[in-house]
Amino acid sequence: MSITILYFASLREALGVEREQLSLPPGIRDVARLRVWLLARGEDWAPLAAPRIRAAVNQVLASDATTVADKDEIAFFPPVTGG
Amino acid sequence: MAQVSINVQHEDFDAGAELDALSGNGAAGAVASFLGYVRGGDAGGILAMTLEHYPGMTERALADIVALAQERWSLLGVRVIHRVGRLLPGERIVFVGVAGSHRGEAFSACQFIMDYLKTQAPFWKKEETANGAHWVDARDSDDAALARWRP
Repeated sequence: MSITILYFASLREALGVEREQLSLPPGIRDVARLRVWLLARGEDWAPLAAPRIRAAVNQVLASDATTVADKDEIAFFPPVTGG
Repeated sequence: MAQVSINVQHEDFDAGAELDALSGNGAAGAVASFLGYVRGGDAGGILAMTLEHYPGMTERALADIVALAQERWSLLGVRVIHRVGRLLPGERIVFVGVAGSHRGEAFSACQFIMDYLKTQAPFWKKEETANGAHWVDARDSDDAALARWRP
């Protein structure tokens, strides 16, 4: 299963990554499991663990339970501050 | 059907022309609008502000917000413009304009769209001051402003 992940704003700067293309092992079926799997890659990914970090799947706000599927575009970002 | 226009852009815009466009079809009895600017000159000493967005999702989120407003009020026109990139104090950031038959729905829908935009649309502000640059934190008061529209 191959997905694209985007990071925005302060999270992008903290991680030093804007975008990555990943092949996921079987079993990563929702946002919660994806986040755990990403965090397991090492300490550098710790900023992704902050509870305030929100997720979107295919450009729609997602929850921990939102399904992740092949070719999805997942985004992680801090609370929004526009306007 | 209401005429809806949504733009996320680097360029500045002409607020007067936007208001004219909203009232243009002659059907509107009322146009309410909001303009947001980069604050300057206060103790915070903002030198510039950079706005980041999520291309694609941002436009979609704004369209969803306008659609929610149209479910609540009978609107004749809605225009939303949000700028991105680096802006200086005094520059326009955001315009929301709503045309309706009467002032009540125009005022309410304008405020509704701004309250949702502030808390739901993926934009992020980074401020530059003499002490360096920092990302702006989300404000609880913005969440409170949103909560009053919920049943």
